Amino acid sequence: MTTTPYDRAPGDNSPSGRPQEADAYPLLVYTTGLFLAVLLTATSFWVANTSLLWPPGVALGLAVLAIAQMGVHLVFFLHITTGADNTNNVLALAFGVLIVALVIAGSLWIMDNLNANMAMPMNELMDLHMQH
Amino acid sequence: MNVAVAVHDVRPEDMVGAAEAGPAPKRTVVAYGFWIFLLSDIVMFSAFFAAYAVLVRATAGGPTGAQLFNQVSVAIETACLLASSYTCGLMSLAIGSQRQRTTYLWAAITFALGAAFLALEIREFAAMIAAGAGPQRSAFLSAFFALVGCHGLHVSIGLVWLVVMMAQVAIKGFAATVERRLLCFSLFWHALDIIWVGLFTVVYLMGVSQ
Repeated sequence: MTTTPYDRAPGDNSPSGRPQEADAYPLLVYTTGLFLAVLLTATSFWVANTSLLWPPGVALGLAVLAIAQMGVHLVFFLHITTGADNTNNVLALAFGVLIVALVIAGSLWIMDNLNANMAMPMNELMDLHMQH
Repeated sequence: MNVAVAVHDVRPEDMVGAAEAGPAPKRTVVAYGFWIFLLSDIVMFSAFFAAYAVLVRATAGGPTGAQLFNQVSVAIETACLLASSYTCGLMSLAIGSQRQRTTYLWAAITFALGAAFLALEIREFAAMIAAGAGPQRSAFLSAFFALVGCHGLHVSIGLVWLVVMMAQVAIKGFAATVERRLLCFSLFWHALDIIWVGLFTVVYLMGVSQ
C-alpha cells in the first residue's frame, strides 16, 4: 500500500479524487449510506409516533438516532475516515462539534436555570406584596 | 556524521514526509478551506438551534408545534433531501470519471429533488402564515421561521449554485477550477442534509411527540 504524503481533500472518496476501480466500489459506499440513512430516518419517524415506548425516553432516543444518522452521512457521503490523510479534516470537525455542543448545551443549561429561578409560586409572590 | 545515522534509521516509506513533499495540491487546500467555512456555518446553525430549543415553549397563547406540523409533508421533504444527497454523490462519481452526460443527468435529478423540497417548505410556510401563525405570532414561531427559513435559504442558494456549476461544465468542461468548485458544492449539499437531520428531529419529531 502506498501512502500519499498529502492530506485528502474533505469529500473525496479516494486520495486523488478519482475513483480507483471502475466505479463499483464508490457506488456501493453511497448506496450503503443511503440504505442506513433511510433506515435511521424511518426509525426516527416510527419512534416519534409509536405508543409502545416509554414517553419520557422518546426525545433521548430521537437525539441518539439523529446523531447516528449524522455519523452515517459524514462517513458514507462526506468520506471522513480515521486515516492519516484525514487527520486535519477530523480535527477541524472535532473543533466544530465542540463549539456546537458548547453553544447548545450551554444555552439550554443557562436558560433552564434562569427559568427555574424566575418561576415563583403565586402565594409567595402575594406574601412579598403583603410585606410592603 | 549524525545526519547520516539519522537517515539510515528512517524507513523508506517515511522518507517523503508531508514537510518534504512541498505544498499540498490546490484541490486539498480549497476543499479544506471550504470545509472550515461549512463548520462555521454549522456553528451559526447551532445558535439558531439553541434559540429554538430555549423558546419552544414560549407560544404566547398561540398555536404549538404539535398543532401546526404536518408529519406527512415533513417525511416527503426528508425523503427528497436525502435522495438529492445520494444523487449529488453519484454526480461527484460521474465528475471523477469525467462523464459529462451522466453529470448533467444526476445534477438535474439533484436540482429537481432540491426544488421539490423547497416547494413543499414554502407551501408549509404559506399555510402557517395564512392561518395566523406567522413569525410575529410568538417567540416560538419567530425561532421556528428563523431556523427552518435559514436552512431553506441555504437550499435555495445551493440550487442557484448548482445551475451556475452546470453552466461552467457546459462552457469550460472539466477544468481543474470547475472540478474544485464542484467538490465544494457537493460538500455544501451534503452538509445541508446533515443540518436537516438535526432539524427534522429537533423541530418536527420532538415537537410532535411531546
